[in-house]
Amino acid sequence: MASYDVINRRSPRLDAPDKATGRAKYIDDLSLPGMLYGALLQSPIAHGKILNIDTSKARALTGVKSLVTAEDAGLVKYGVSPARYDEQVFCSDRVRYVGDEVAAVAAVDLETAMEAVSLIQVDYEELPAVFTVEEALAEGAPQLHEKYPGNLCGEVHQEFGDVEAAFKECDLIRTDTFLNKRQDAAFLEPNGVIADYNLDGFLTLHTSTQVPHYVQRVLAMVLGIPVGKVRVVKPYVGGGFGPKAGTNPMELAACLLSMKTHKPVKMNYSRDQVFLFSRARHQFRHTLTTGVKKDGTLMALVNECTLEGGAYASFGIATVYYAGSLLGAPYRLPSMKYDGWRVYTNRPACGAQRGHGGVAARAAFEQQIDIIAHELGMDPVDFRLKNAMGAGDITCNDLNVSSFGMRECIEAVAEGSGWKEKKGKMPKGRGMGVACGFFVSGAGYPIYRSDTAHSTVVIKLSEDGGTAHLLTGSAEIGQGSDTAIAMIAAEALGVSLDCIRVSSGDTEYGVDLGAYSSRQTLMTGHAAKQAAEHAKRQVLDVLADSLKVPAEDLDVKNNRIVFRGPTPDFSALRTRYIKEHRGFNDNPDEEDALTFKEAARMAFLERGSIVGTGKYRPGELGGKFKGAAVGTSPAYGPSAQVVEVSVDMDTGKVFVEKMTDAHDCGFAINVTSVEGQMQGSLSMGLGEALFEEVKYDEKGRILNANLAEYKIPTALDMPNVDTIIVESNEPNGPFGAKEVGEGAIMPTIPAILNAVSDALGVRIQELPLTPERVFTAIKEAREKEGSD
Amino acid sequence: MTQLITLTINDRTYDLAVPANRTLADLLRYDLGLTGTKKGCEVGDCGSCTVLLDGRPVNSCLVLAVQASGKTVTTIEGLETDEGLHPLQQAFVDHGAIQCGFCTSGMILSGKHLLDGNPSPDEAETRIAISGNLCRCTGYQKIVEAIRAAGKSTQE
Repeated sequence: MASYDVINRRSPRLDAPDKATGRAKYIDDLSLPGMLYGALLQSPIAHGKILNIDTSKARALTGVKSLVTAEDAGLVKYGVSPARYDEQVFCSDRVRYVGDEVAAVAAVDLETAMEAVSLIQVDYEELPAVFTVEEALAEGAPQLHEKYPGNLCGEVHQEFGDVEAAFKECDLIRTDTFLNKRQDAAFLEPNGVIADYNLDGFLTLHTSTQVPHYVQRVLAMVLGIPVGKVRVVKPYVGGGFGPKAGTNPMELAACLLSMKTHKPVKMNYSRDQVFLFSRARHQFRHTLTTGVKKDGTLMALVNECTLEGGAYASFGIATVYYAGSLLGAPYRLPSMKYDGWRVYTNRPACGAQRGHGGVAARAAFEQQIDIIAHELGMDPVDFRLKNAMGAGDITCNDLNVSSFGMRECIEAVAEGSGWKEKKGKMPKGRGMGVACGFFVSGAGYPIYRSDTAHSTVVIKLSEDGGTAHLLTGSAEIGQGSDTAIAMIAAEALGVSLDCIRVSSGDTEYGVDLGAYSSRQTLMTGHAAKQAAEHAKRQVLDVLADSLKVPAEDLDVKNNRIVFRGPTPDFSALRTRYIKEHRGFNDNPDEEDALTFKEAARMAFLERGSIVGTGKYRPGELGGKFKGAAVGTSPAYGPSAQVVEVSVDMDTGKVFVEKMTDAHDCGFAINVTSVEGQMQGSLSMGLGEALFEEVKYDEKGRILNANLAEYKIPTALDMPNVDTIIVESNEPNGPFGAKEVGEGAIMPTIPAILNAVSDALGVRIQELPLTPERVFTAIKEAREKEGSD
Repeated sequence: MTQLITLTINDRTYDLAVPANRTLADLLRYDLGLTGTKKGCEVGDCGSCTVLLDGRPVNSCLVLAVQASGKTVTTIEGLETDEGLHPLQQAFVDHGAIQCGFCTSGMILSGKHLLDGNPSPDEAETRIAISGNLCRCTGYQKIVEAIRAAGKSTQE
């Protein structure tokens, strides 16, 4: 059992003091000299032809420095997946949703820019619009994109094993349909940018993003600048959760305005513009048919899903695959058939949001197997234990779960929640529910086809003083990645955490695909570990040579050099070091162990600056079928949750009283951060289960584009969570670590649904569980009881 | 229309000429460089812009700068001293109560107001005190722990 000096314990975060004192700079805290302010013109209608744009009055307004439309931006298509580049910076012939961008203005101040926007005259010919999957798929429906007839953004048809044959062997088969609602990520910090195109043709974009690398590439592609002349810098980010994992039109517009004016251009989304931008959770309608044997063995699953996707693809082509693939685990499921359709509608585009396409599917499936377990007279915990996969198992869709603490998670929450003692013995109106979850630890393939490393890290040792500067393109968006990466580097280098300084989120530092699909601890962690080991080796090679000891007999631990054999005489080395540091007060004493500080200094004197480099790319993953890439990952994280609720039978209001959560993160690097991600995930899941729904009117306008009417949990809604960390030691993870950022949300919605059902004796297959919806279900159950 | 106002921010007095429609949040952030106060919604829904106005927590996006004339404002920058972090700030750091940090300033100031009047609040009192501050990252648990711990530490 290895003993670690830095990782696998609680650590305060490197960025916490700056955030606690107001020093931490987010995008809107920054300004550059000569900065202009930008504003966007967005379509007020859901669908229409652009007949004419008259910008003359706007351009004539005093203080306006630049105005750009599709004429200036060009018609280069972009998006998230190259397979579905269907967006332009500005609409040229058509607008496709309320909020679609038509023009942008840069002016001396924001008020002038906004006034100029209001002076732009656009003549639209309004077209009929479609707002639901049914309307969009109907015969004769208005088509959003010529390239995608029938308003089908993407469709997936997969079968693994043989479901028809499997169903013949089943004793119980049931079908359920489940519907969630569009969500918003509701990060506290609205998106914002400062674009800075300088006089030598070099573009720098400061932006609140999860993915500097992908933004850099899209900027270069759309604006026609070589990638090497584009730099994307991420300041502190106030939350991302998915919608900030792509390039947004404001980023492109601001860059364009800066290129025209040669001045920095600042732009922000207001809170309602954040809602209009969306790129958040899709609405999914899942029809699941599951077959089991009477002893509870899961045999087959047929999954049909339609996704209401909005006007553009965004991440949607991945979403429609994930909505199927992520049900391949965590239970042994020999046969699975999936048919999914992502449909265009005249609403803001949906994208990836925490847990991506897996959240609604998981909610539907975990409630259904709960129903099945009850019908079989089986305890839902026992049903899940019976079917749980284990380390080394491979799903029917070729996902290899190399480490898998599913059983441990289920047992932990059953025990921690008092399941056996309490379940079935609660008063009416109180209930308990269990559910499991499953997610990837980093997408197995980059979003664009490439052999690129997914992460590169550079560690430069100080020439003197024994510290290290870690450079990474990875994105600290609040999850704690900077600290986790620093801890991994410190452990691998053999120094204490305070010897590591991290600079991150800047494309200058290397390639890192960014914070999405829960990848950074595993992937950036691997690259950081490799870079640290590389730097260490260079230092120890010089030391070995100087002390005439084999390099393999040397190591660094706790800022000191350790020798496998007897300690050689290093007094000459120490004397040389002290001679160089006359007058310093912290020189080592004669009897002190040899320090890393001294050894690193010697290495510099011998070789010049010591730089360690590391990189990470997953191996070949997944099957050979179409869409096999989506769902593959070097590692997978299971989780389990038990929730206790009480329901007010007169009002239908649901109170979540207690949550017990177990998550297998492989190996916890920073225990406090792992807990924090679990608690935060559960809070988002609770909100989606009980309150959250983006509402539209009959013209495609958002009714609740604000944080008062789009209700996320407050401190009064969230109970305390008993968090249990399970460590299965992932062989593909650095020090055994894998994800926690997205997987932990997975069991939350179904655990709540199952608990509400336990409390009320009714099943609700539509989110959110508003009091009205719950009360109606109670009423219907009472009427049914009365009539039986 | 520009007006002359005088206000005290973090123990320093400012004489300023401000447009009548300037919010206190914008004054702090853009005119005085005190960017620790954040803007999450600009309509008083999220609490990120919380400051203490004459000791009481307010959404500074809903206060006009001219309304603050003659009053005392405490922002997050006003909490640390020559000796270091305020116990609340230190508690937030120690308890892992900070993830993205965007709600942090508001949370700490709401916490300060609570502890100024009630040095050992229970769980429910603490949650009520921060009920106007939204957080999307933490689930509130470690924030509540930090505020209560800070109260305890100042009592010792």
